[in-house]
Amino acid sequence: MSDDSSQSPPDLPDRRPLIAFTWLWVGAPLAYGLYELVRKATQLFTG
Amino acid sequence: MSPPVAPPGWSRWLVPPAALSVHLSIGQAYAWSVFKPPLESALGLSGTQSALPFQLGIVMLGLSAAFGGTLVERHGPRWAMTVALVCFSSGFLLSALGAAVEQYWLIVLGYGFVGGVGLGIGYISPVSTLIKWFPDRPGMATGIAIMGFGGGALIASPWSAQMLESFGTDSSGIALAFLVHGVTYAVFMLLGVLLVRVPRPKERADGGAVALDGVQVSARGAMRTPQFWLLWVVLCMNVTAGIGILEKAAPMITDFFADTSTPVSVTAAAGFVALLSAANMAGRIGWSSTSDLIGRKNIYRVYLGVGALMYALIALFGDSSKPLFVLCALVVLSFYGGGFATIPAYLKDLFGTYQVGAIHGRLLTAWSTAGVLGPLIVNWIADRQEEAGRHGSALYGTSFVIMIGLLVVGFVANELVRPVHARHHVPTAPAPKEGTDVRRQQPESA
Repeated sequence: MSDDSSQSPPDLPDRRPLIAFTWLWVGAPLAYGLYELVRKATQLFTG
Repeated sequence: MSPPVAPPGWSRWLVPPAALSVHLSIGQAYAWSVFKPPLESALGLSGTQSALPFQLGIVMLGLSAAFGGTLVERHGPRWAMTVALVCFSSGFLLSALGAAVEQYWLIVLGYGFVGGVGLGIGYISPVSTLIKWFPDRPGMATGIAIMGFGGGALIASPWSAQMLESFGTDSSGIALAFLVHGVTYAVFMLLGVLLVRVPRPKERADGGAVALDGVQVSARGAMRTPQFWLLWVVLCMNVTAGIGILEKAAPMITDFFADTSTPVSVTAAAGFVALLSAANMAGRIGWSSTSDLIGRKNIYRVYLGVGALMYALIALFGDSSKPLFVLCALVVLSFYGGGFATIPAYLKDLFGTYQVGAIHGRLLTAWSTAGVLGPLIVNWIADRQEEAGRHGSALYGTSFVIMIGLLVVGFVANELVRPVHARHHVPTAPAPKEGTDVRRQQPESA
């Protein structure tokens, strides 16, 4: 089940670029949301 | 549409982003409040009316998850994600039309009814697939996806607010914002539809497929077991306790410290709410992953037992120490998130992977119940206490005692969970030898 691309035989396509792209696809908006959250959360200590 | 089977060399690390693209989108539902004030002023709605699209959406989430789970299992995750994409985006597009022509009912129908079906089907769409790809770490895998549902609101809240600021808060500005939401979420969720794959079935030496490993129980069969209903109680009690704080977080912290030398400002209360959201999200991935190490039953002992202790600390010493109040509330909210994220793996331990998505969908009715129960308890009691002339932390004391009681009920229900009896198993695996105690074959952690 754990067919990690890093251990794929040479004849199989390298999935690492696709993995990087897809994690960036979901990670970038999540990072934006977390940034906004941290900005707001600091108000508990400064507000 | 037949389930898309992974080609050789496909990485299982491509499946969580597929799940996240759906859950980060549908998690927008919890940021609906951003649209409430503009809708109220543009269409002349009351607060109750502007809340209706969200409330109907949550009701439809529960109903479609409960009744659509078997279809999701039959047609696979790509079908489910496609349905979720079409419904969720169409809901926004219908709402855009409704706002443009100033027809409130179209917004209710679009966002609430059509979009709500997208919420329910989308929520359960990746669960079964993730568990099958990560049999060694099911808690972590479903934790990532369900964390996304919490993360969706974090993204949508500032994003939607900025959009309304740019487009304006009149009906045409709201319509344009809905339109952009519908199109953007369709593109974003498309990644999940294109990316999701089910693992290839293990092959026997003669080329046939191997039967599913371990205990397997159908969704219909699961509902006939006491285990299903015990977990229903566990989830309902844990969620009720979390919502009890989450729903009234801002007024609660303000009331608690109103009579002290360090009162909490409105801005600081908003910061507290944001911090609770962070704890909720962190709990989803953190505690759910921990359950892979210490077992599902043990992690729920922590959620329910330590959760009750946290409530007791708030009730006894909460108004004398702000850090203690904040810390206890954060822990309770992390358990709230953890409870949501760990339940699919608990179901997998007990009922197997055969129809775990459908079983999960049916169990989510506990969430709908808790969504009504939690706010009802806290608000009703706070109102009665206020009428009796009480103020500050005294408004919430009775609610906290009730929450402790509910958590104890959940704790007892968790203790009563035992492996599922063999008579409920589906006959996919070879029958055990006569005299074998099948219940002993299940994981200890269940």
